[in-house]
Amino acid sequence: MMPNSVQYKTIDEVDFVVVGSGAAGGVIAKELSTNGFRVVVLEQGPRLTESDFVHDEIKVFKENLLTNHPELQPNTFRRTANEKAKLQRAIAYGRCVGGSSIHFTANYWRFHEVDFREHSRFGPIAGTGIADWPISYAELEPYYGKVESEVGVSGAAGASPFDPPRSKAYPMPPLPVKSSGVIFERAGRKLGWHPFPTPMAILSQPRAGRGACVGCGFCWGYACEVGAKSSTLASVIPMAERTGRCEIRPNSYVCRLELNEGGRVSGVVYFDEKKNIRKQRAKAVVVSANGAETPRLLLNSANKQFPDGLANSSGLVGKYLMFNSNARSVALFEHPLNDYKGYADSRAIHDFYELDPEKVGFYGGGALDARFDFTPYFFAVGGLPPETPRWGAAFKGALSHNYVRTMEIHSSGTSLPLETNNFSLDPDVKDAWGLPALRMTYKDHADDLKLITWLNDRALELLDAAGAQKKWTLPIAEQQFSVQLLGTCRMGNDPKSSVINTDHRTHDVKNLFLCDGSSLVTSGRGQPTMTIQALAYRAADRMTALAKRGELGA
Amino acid sequence: MDETRTRRKFLLQGVGGISAAWTATHWPAAVAAALHARGAMQSSSPTAFEFFTTEMAAEIEAAAARIVPTNDTPGAREAGVVCFIDRALMTFTKNDQELYHEGLKQLQARTRELYPTIPKFSSATPEQQDEILRSLDTGATQSDRPFRPGPEGQGFFETLRQHTILGFLIDPDADRRGNKDGVGWRVIGREREHMFRPPYGHYDAGYRGWEQTQTEPENK
Repeated sequence: MMPNSVQYKTIDEVDFVVVGSGAAGGVIAKELSTNGFRVVVLEQGPRLTESDFVHDEIKVFKENLLTNHPELQPNTFRRTANEKAKLQRAIAYGRCVGGSSIHFTANYWRFHEVDFREHSRFGPIAGTGIADWPISYAELEPYYGKVESEVGVSGAAGASPFDPPRSKAYPMPPLPVKSSGVIFERAGRKLGWHPFPTPMAILSQPRAGRGACVGCGFCWGYACEVGAKSSTLASVIPMAERTGRCEIRPNSYVCRLELNEGGRVSGVVYFDEKKNIRKQRAKAVVVSANGAETPRLLLNSANKQFPDGLANSSGLVGKYLMFNSNARSVALFEHPLNDYKGYADSRAIHDFYELDPEKVGFYGGGALDARFDFTPYFFAVGGLPPETPRWGAAFKGALSHNYVRTMEIHSSGTSLPLETNNFSLDPDVKDAWGLPALRMTYKDHADDLKLITWLNDRALELLDAAGAQKKWTLPIAEQQFSVQLLGTCRMGNDPKSSVINTDHRTHDVKNLFLCDGSSLVTSGRGQPTMTIQALAYRAADRMTALAKRGELGA
Repeated sequence: MDETRTRRKFLLQGVGGISAAWTATHWPAAVAAALHARGAMQSSSPTAFEFFTTEMAAEIEAAAARIVPTNDTPGAREAGVVCFIDRALMTFTKNDQELYHEGLKQLQARTRELYPTIPKFSSATPEQQDEILRSLDTGATQSDRPFRPGPEGQGFFETLRQHTILGFLIDPDADRRGNKDGVGWRVIGREREHMFRPPYGHYDAGYRGWEQTQTEPENK
């Protein structure tokens, strides 16, 4: 808790409870409290500070310092509904104040116009739920600008000829290029492609009381110990608290939303740190718990009026789960890149953002970026050429030669929305609080795998053009794990085919809003957090307008 | 040279060697990074095993020294990997205690089986030790990736291999008793710093700055 920040009683009926303090929840809390509303943010994880943000691979990846813990919060996985789901970690998300914005890579390009119009452009595609968004890029454009200036994004406006129109430049220049970025840029241009500085939610210059990036290199998976990475904890949450109207309440694990007789949400029931049940009363509730936990909360809140889950008259809560297809190729170069320094990725290519299905034979599109996001241990067990001995002098020799001479190209692309890919409640497994655990059912569409293989071939082509001494690809297979959890409470105009409307309000419950990865209609081409935050700024504007019209009172 | 102290001094004394302008721009961040280094002050206590007996530790140390051997550069032995594993088995990987007990028995049994005159693994020659370990190495079915579930029923050798590498390369300023004096990072060419300025490597050293591509994209 920040000194002097407000504390509400659970019996106080606040204006809004926001469930989750991550990319979307943090922004919404800041906007609503700035607009004069009283806001309580319930965050299931602890409030960590910069001194907790160490570079210890064990603490971060094995002890889950920043993320959901698979033993306390188990999930099950199956590929199809015919299989019996088994215990197998399928998701990782931020579980601390700031959510996944704490440990993300911070790759922050905007979605393009096509990302909102997939059905008009490519559809229909049999057996899929491909659809246009009910809002356009143009409607979201000003909010992208707000993310860039308030949350803090470094980049070069107009650097990619494929970029959608923008009304203002980035507030900061791009971060310094890395060796991997220079290699990528030169080889990409040689091939006639259009590499550009990757927009990153990392400060390249001091801004709003925050320091600039010091180039420690521990970005992906780690928290930034200097606050240069633009998590909501570093950026908008302090602004929310400074209003004196927003309380961030950590260690508050929400288990249920309660309805009153009028069919409106009357409050949010949660476990406090000591596992005591509490209920925070509120006039309206915003769930920004991520694409897995948001549908889970609705399904766990089933009641007489909504036996299949709250706000689930469409039956689509938890359905149309999308990740982003992705692949990684690794390459070895003659001279040291020292790519462990700096941050993750400095150059990207959007030439293949919108592929013509007639030409390539499948639906989709995506991006390539140049990066190095192996920390030392994970490099040693996963970053060496596949034929390298796994131990002994030859292993050590390769490790000590390659670590500073290696880079990666990361490909990311579309995932088709399929109703058969979804989150549901596991009938047997419970979490440490006794709540039904998540069950993921997921199998990639064949086009997603074709696309990512095609994109990865472009990555290999680029590495050849760059004169890599050696190159190889990490196995491409059907995904059974993701950190990008999208589409599970999709937005739409029709209550039969969507869960929320364009105000992010559920079609079924008038004072309940959902905003996070679950709102997405289609997957974009990777790096969805920027768009989730633009949606959050827009959603907060809509909520403010509705509240001021008196539509949210009980 | 005591690198821990050097680094701490470097950070606390106001980022010596870096230009005043840079320091002014980055000062709050530099201070935070200095605080970050404080973990270093708590590390390096004398060797006292919490899980292993001295005899067990000698066997584990000998095996780890074949996984990351000492040659012209330091290996698992110099990095104190056995101390790291000892603590690991009392902290984040308690579940593997039984695996180590069984694995040590297996190591002993395999040594006697292959070399009946040799009393224990640690008494064998390096070549013999490699032979013994090869016979226990069933291969990794998949690599260890962040957050991903590991392969089920992973055996003793693969666990020891991963723990040895982890103990060799873990952040020396994490309080884990591994990567003693940062030798593992020195071997792989990683500087023991947490602040870096460009140019970072060979290829960006002569970079002249971002220039807009002049050509117009074709429609793909």
